[in-house]
Amino acid sequence: MIKLVPRGSSSQSMFILAPIFAIFLTLLTGSIIFFLMGYNPSNALKIFFISPISNAYGLSELLVKATPLALIAMGLSFCFKNNIYNIGAEGQLTMGAIFGGGVGIYFYDVSSILILPGMIIAGALGGALWAMIPAFLKTKFNTNEILTSLMLAYIALLILDYLVVGPWRDPDGFNFPKTRPFGESGRMPILFQGLRIHFGLIITLILIAFSWFIYSKTIFGFQLKVSGFSPKAARFAGFNKNFLIFSAFAISGAFAGLAGVGEVSGPIGLIYRDISPNYGFTAIIVCFLGRLHPLGIIFASLVIALTYLGAEDAQLFLQIPAAVGFVFQGLVLFFLLGSDLLVNFKLRLKN
Amino acid sequence: MIFGIVNIILIGTTPLVFAAIGELVVEKSGVLNLGLEGMMLVGAVSAFVTLVVTDSYLAALIVSLISGLVMSGLFAFLVLYLMANQVATGLALTIFGIGISSMIGKNYVGTPIDGLSPYFLIITSFLVVIFIGYFFKKTKLGLIVKAVGESHNSAHSLGFNVIKIRFISILFGGAMSALAGFYFSICYAPMWQEGMIAGRGWIALALVVFATWKPERILLGAYIFGGVAIMQMNLQAFGVKFPGQFFNMMPYLVTILVLVIISGNKLRIKLSAPACLTIPFNKNQ
Repeated sequence: MIKLVPRGSSSQSMFILAPIFAIFLTLLTGSIIFFLMGYNPSNALKIFFISPISNAYGLSELLVKATPLALIAMGLSFCFKNNIYNIGAEGQLTMGAIFGGGVGIYFYDVSSILILPGMIIAGALGGALWAMIPAFLKTKFNTNEILTSLMLAYIALLILDYLVVGPWRDPDGFNFPKTRPFGESGRMPILFQGLRIHFGLIITLILIAFSWFIYSKTIFGFQLKVSGFSPKAARFAGFNKNFLIFSAFAISGAFAGLAGVGEVSGPIGLIYRDISPNYGFTAIIVCFLGRLHPLGIIFASLVIALTYLGAEDAQLFLQIPAAVGFVFQGLVLFFLLGSDLLVNFKLRLKN
Repeated sequence: MIFGIVNIILIGTTPLVFAAIGELVVEKSGVLNLGLEGMMLVGAVSAFVTLVVTDSYLAALIVSLISGLVMSGLFAFLVLYLMANQVATGLALTIFGIGISSMIGKNYVGTPIDGLSPYFLIITSFLVVIFIGYFFKKTKLGLIVKAVGESHNSAHSLGFNVIKIRFISILFGGAMSALAGFYFSICYAPMWQEGMIAGRGWIALALVVFATWKPERILLGAYIFGGVAIMQMNLQAFGVKFPGQFFNMMPYLVTILVLVIISGNKLRIKLSAPACLTIPFNKNQ
């Protein structure tokens, strides 16, 4: 029998190695699944993980997908560090898209340099406000934020659905459930001619650097970490618990809201039903895989973005449903959560 | 007319009853499994594919239940033995389930089958709810499951095997979710389509909270949620211009309201929610 022996302190090398180990095991399991389905595993893996990023267009698409994932995950880390389970980022992203996109729709025929900044601010505000609801309910009524933030995500998606089939439907859109396109002033500038990667990437990188600064250089970041690690110590030190809950939710909501604006004003250019292929939920995987750390999150967002691209190619070239990307995302999180055990425990053979 | 409406509500809400009563037992034992949607999808697709291949409803039912046991067993292994975070593991189970069910069913989309009459399973869903109500109120084992969910340390000190009890509870939840999936693809639809559960797993999760973890209220809640959905369709048929999305929001809004009502009061939350929900148990500590 194998016995678990607690380590005196968590293993730093395991902490970094476990995500890499998890990715390796995911690839291995993925090959087995491909093999069982009758595909040549090495060919399938090549189509899935290598050919999508073997040219400039592919790399740009990788960044287009990694940008919202990294931004949302960085925001979520403020909650997770403090042991707050905000799992409603999908709803906060949606609210960001509604608020920011609403500005874009209202001023669709106006040309002004102020419109995009207005959309960005409105989007961050929309996401933050939506995230403040579970924060308010938690601090005021002691409700479980896992359930409330999740329920609010579905409410936000239904509000979006109502808007695009109802009052915001494009009058010239042949009854399709979408809004009219934003004007040129409501679009994120493109970074390279001919590629889709947009200014949202710059915003994301700035906010990741900003988050790193908060974590490593400010009292606030220190308080978040302490209250997550030991709520008792935080209480004795007299930290304002409610303030920390509110600010963690507000930051993560604002980041998710910005990701929503980035999507609608970047690659999409209008609002419709499916603005997010599950980014808000997938970012939770990115956050865990990246160990809530800025550099880790950047790395993890690229890995998970690749599962989206690979799935698109697999559908195109192997006729595998694009949902295969979810299989890889689920597997990587399983393996990560499993191998996390080795961070705090050693395995010993028991006689 | 009334009989027709009751009939439609019963037929439409039975998957919610199965999934929710399973999750209720899991949560009573102190574990939160957010993987309902994924387990329902895998249960639905495995039932469907088995029926097409073997032409046997019994085989479809058995394979579907096994798929639920495998999916929930994976979850149980991760959260109980490897002490993985329950929220993250449950989400991973749902994401994995969405993906793997699409892959398994890719050659079966649109395949016609002869659906099974839903009434046998509708009656079964009543019986399961009544049985679980009886189980928690009157049986010793039911009390033990509750004790494990309320205080795993005390239950452990009394000599109960916390991990084993939780493992079995999680497996029961998985089997019930798979049964909900079976009902959906074989009796209700009857067909297979990618992502066909369409968020019902999350509504079932909301239902457990709405029912404040009391079995008999699962039935009540399911029929209220189902009734509102039917009412929405009927109102639209009569030409009432009220956006359906606001009806569809109701389960989520009501669940938040119920949470606010029961959580604000310390005594009431103690009487409703299992105290050890989402807290991992490590007997070595």
